[in-house]
Amino acid sequence: MAGIELTGLSTVYPNGVRAVDSLDVSIKDGEFFALLGPSGCGKTTLLRTIAGLEPATSGTVSIGARDVTRVEPGQRRVAMVFQDYALFPHMSVAENIAYPLRVRRAPRPRQREVAARTAADLGLDGLLERRPGQLSGGQQQRVALARAIAVSADVLLLDEPLSNLDARLRLEARTFLKRLQRELGLTTVFVTHDQAEALALADRIAVMEAGRIRQLGSPREIFQRPGSTFVANFIGSTPMNLLPGAVRSGAVEVAGTSLTEVDLPDGTEVVVGIRPEYLTLGEEGIPGTVSIVENLGITSLVTLECADGTLIGVTVQEHAEPRIGAQVSAAPQPGRLLLYGQDGVLLG
Amino acid sequence: MADPGVGAATLVEAPRPEEPRPARGATRIDGAGLGVSRALGFVAPALLLIGIFLIFPALWTIYIGLTDYQLTGPASVAPAVVGLGNYLEALADPLFGNALWLSVLFVLGSAVIGQNVLGFALAWTLRSAGPGLRRTVEALVLLSWILPGVVVAYLWVAVLSRDGGTLNAMLNTPGVAWLIQYPMTCLIVFNIWRGTAFSMMLYGSALAAVPPSQIETARMVGASRLQTVRDVVFPHIRGHVLTNTLLISLWTFNDFTPFLLTAGGPNHQSETLPVFIYQQAIGGEGNGRLGYASAISLLLLLANLVLALVYLGVLRRRRA
Amino acid sequence: MSGLVLRRIGYTVFMAVVLAFFAIPMLWLASAPFDSRPGLGLRWPDWTLDNVRATFEHPYALGSLVNSLILCVVATAVTTLCATLAAYALSRVRIPGRDVLLYVLLLLSSVVTGTAAMVPIFVMMKQLGLINSHYGTALVIAAGMLPAAIFILKDFVDAVPRSYEESARVFGASPGQVLRHVVLPVARPGIATILVWSFVQAWGNFLLPFLLLRDVETQPGAVLLQTLRDEGGTANLTVIPVFSLLYSIPVVALYLFVSKRYGFRFHGGIKA
Repeated sequence: MAGIELTGLSTVYPNGVRAVDSLDVSIKDGEFFALLGPSGCGKTTLLRTIAGLEPATSGTVSIGARDVTRVEPGQRRVAMVFQDYALFPHMSVAENIAYPLRVRRAPRPRQREVAARTAADLGLDGLLERRPGQLSGGQQQRVALARAIAVSADVLLLDEPLSNLDARLRLEARTFLKRLQRELGLTTVFVTHDQAEALALADRIAVMEAGRIRQLGSPREIFQRPGSTFVANFIGSTPMNLLPGAVRSGAVEVAGTSLTEVDLPDGTEVVVGIRPEYLTLGEEGIPGTVSIVENLGITSLVTLECADGTLIGVTVQEHAEPRIGAQVSAAPQPGRLLLYGQDGVLLG
Repeated sequence: MADPGVGAATLVEAPRPEEPRPARGATRIDGAGLGVSRALGFVAPALLLIGIFLIFPALWTIYIGLTDYQLTGPASVAPAVVGLGNYLEALADPLFGNALWLSVLFVLGSAVIGQNVLGFALAWTLRSAGPGLRRTVEALVLLSWILPGVVVAYLWVAVLSRDGGTLNAMLNTPGVAWLIQYPMTCLIVFNIWRGTAFSMMLYGSALAAVPPSQIETARMVGASRLQTVRDVVFPHIRGHVLTNTLLISLWTFNDFTPFLLTAGGPNHQSETLPVFIYQQAIGGEGNGRLGYASAISLLLLLANLVLALVYLGVLRRRRA
Repeated sequence: MSGLVLRRIGYTVFMAVVLAFFAIPMLWLASAPFDSRPGLGLRWPDWTLDNVRATFEHPYALGSLVNSLILCVVATAVTTLCATLAAYALSRVRIPGRDVLLYVLLLLSSVVTGTAAMVPIFVMMKQLGLINSHYGTALVIAAGMLPAAIFILKDFVDAVPRSYEESARVFGASPGQVLRHVVLPVARPGIATILVWSFVQAWGNFLLPFLLLRDVETQPGAVLLQTLRDEGGTANLTVIPVFSLLYSIPVVALYLFVSKRYGFRFHGGIKA
C-alpha cells in the first residue's frame, strides 16, 4: 500500500502539446481519487504517466516514497484496467486473470488457484473457461478488475472504468466498484469524463482542463463551491445558472433584482452562480415568466425568462410545477449564491 | 495479373481501422514499449531484402540502359556507355512502337473496358441473384483468378487450339487457329476472363457500402433503375471506379502471361511490352541486348511510377 | 409487363453466357487428366488413371514439384517472418521517417514488378553466380512480395488495440513476452493470411524461376509445364493435364482453408 506523489510533473508530446502541465498532487494511501475533465484535458495522459506508459517530460512520480519516474511500467507495482478492458481474446477468463502470474513465471497450479479465488471474490465463478468474447460487458469489466487485483499492487489505475457499460449496468457496477475499493483499501486513481461518476465514487476529485488541475477537493466542496465558472459548468447533472450581475449600492443585482450584499465597489461586473437545486420559486426573488418545464422524474427543471431576456433554471419538486406562462420569482437559498469575477474565478 | 512476379501484387486498399483515440494515438511514440532501436532491428531484415532485390535492380536499370551491355559477345565483357543511344534507337524501332501500341490496346481492351465493365455488371446483377447462382458464379470467377498462371494459360491454349479445340467444336469452325489468326483478341478475352474477379469483388464491396436507405429514398420519389444508378449509386462508387481502373491497368500493363499464350507471335503481332523486353534481353531473337532492354524497362518502371502516384494521390484525396 | 419479361430474359441470357465463359475452359481440367486419349478439346472422358501413373513416371515431374515446394517454403518463410517483424515495429513505433518509408514501400509494391525489373535482376543474379540457385531465386521472390506483405500485416496489427500490449506491459511482461503472449496470437489470422498468400504467389510465379533457374533439374512445376507444352507431342499430352491438376490443387486447397478458417477477407489487390 502506498500513496502517490506527483511533483512538477509534465508530459509533452512530440508535437509540442503539453498534455500534462507541471502538476503537483499528493494522493493519500488508500484514497479513491478521481481525475475529472472533458476529453482532451490530459486526464488519461496523467493516468498513463503514473502507469509509466507515457514518459514524463519533467518532474517526478513517486509511489510509496519510491521515485518511479524512470521505472518500467511492469516494475512500478501498479495495476491498471483499460477503458476497453484489454482482455486478451485468445485466452480464457482464468488465463486472463492469471496472466500477471504467468509473466512472473509462477507455477501453473498457483496460477489456477489465484485465478479461481479472485474470480470467486468478484462473482465470476463458473465463467473461468469462457473466452472474453462470450461474456457480457459487466462480466468483462469484472474480469479486467480481477486481473488487476490478482497480484497485489500498490496502486490501482482505472481508465474510464464504467464508460463501456450501458446506463443501467453502470449504476450497478459503480456500487460494486466502490465496495471493492473499500474492501481492498487500495490506493485507486480513476479517470472519468462523467461528473456524476466522480461525485459518487471518489474521496477526492481533481478537475482538469488543458493539462492543469483547476480544482482539487472533496465531492462536496466541488459540487457546492466550484472554484471557477469552468468547474461550475462541468459539475452537476443540471447546469449551474451563471447569470450576468453587477454591484449597485453595495448589493449584487441580477436582471434588475437586488440579491445579496457584497463588499465590492459599485459598478463591478460579476457572474452570479446558483444551482437550480438551490433556487426556490415563490413571491420573492428574481421575477420571470415560466417558459419551459422539463420533467426529470422526481423533480422538474423550470426555465424562467426574465424581463431582460435572462434565462434562469430552477428545480422544483414533483406536483409543484407552475404552468407555462405563469409569473413567478426565483429566490436563492441563503448562503448558496456564488460570485465569480470576469475572469471566471470564485470571489471570496 | 496472372504473374505478379516481383512486387506487382498490391497497392493495398483495405479499410483502415480507426486509431482508437487519434488525438493521442497520433502523437504517442511507442505504446508497446519496443523502443526505437529494437524496432529498427525488426524492420532491418525486410529492408535489407527489399534494398538488394528490389530497389537496387530498379536503380541499376538506369545505368544498364545507358550502355550497350549484351548477354554474349564483346559487349558482355566490357560494355560501353552509349548515353541516350538506346532511347533514340527505341524511338526509331518499329518493334518498340508496335509493342507499346499493343500494350495500350491490351490495357484498354482487357482492363479499362473489359474487366471494369464485366466486373461491375457481375457485382450489380449478383446482388439480386439467388444464393446458389451467386455462389456458383463467384466461385468460378474467383477460381479463374487464383489458379496458377501457367495452368490457366494452358487451359486457354487448349480451348483455342486449331485441332480439336473446344471453341472450334462449339462454333463448328474446324481449323481456325485463333491464337495465330486473332492473337490480340485472344489475349484480351483471356485477360478479361483471368482478372475480372478483382473488379467484381471491389465493386461488390463498394456497392454494399451504398446506404440502402438512399436507394429506397430514390425509389420512393419514383426514380427509374437507371436514374437510381446514375444519381445515387454512382456518386458513391465513383472513387472506386477510378482506383480500380488504375490498379488493374497497372497490373495488366505488367502482365507477362501473354508470353505463355503466344510468346509475342506470330511475327510480333501480340508482343506487348513485357514480352518485348524479354525477347530483346533474354529470348532468342534479340541477341541478348541487355542495355536496350534495360532502357525499355526504365520506361515501363516510369509508367508504373506515374500510375502508382496517381493512384495514391486519388486514395489520399478520397480519405481526406 | 413485356419490359419485365425482356429484362428477365436478358438477365438469364447474361448469366448463362457468364457461366459458360468462366466454366468451359476449366472443365478440361476435370476431364482430360482422366481420359485414356486426352486431347485439347473438351469431351466426356474414357475414364482411366493411366495418365496419373505416366505423370509420376515422368523424369522431371516429381522433381519439379519438389523444386516448387523448396522455392515456396523458403520464400514464404522469409516473407512471413520479415513482414511480421517489420509490420509490428512499423505499426507500433514511430521510427524516424516512418511515414516516408511506408509511402515508399507502398509505391515499391506495385512499381518494381518482375516484368519491369527482369533485366537487372537477371544480370545481377548472373553476376552473383546465383543462376540455378533455389535459395537465390526464393529470396528474389520473397523481396518482391515483402512490401505488400508488410502492408497487409500492418493493417492487421493496426487493428489490434494497443491496450492489449500496454496491459501486458503494466503487468510486467518484457517486449519478448508481449510479442509471444499477446501480439502473435492476436495477429494470427493476419499471419496465416500472409503465409497462404505468399505461398500461392510463389507457387504461381512463372517469370522469375523461368529467368533464374535455367537448368531443368532445378525448375519448379510452373516452368516445367511450359517446357512440356513447348515440346508438344502425345507423350506430353498425357502428362500435362494431370500435372496441371496437381499443380492447381494446393492453391485451391489453401484458399478454401483460409476462407473457411478466417473468412474471405478482401485486401485490395490481394487474393486472400
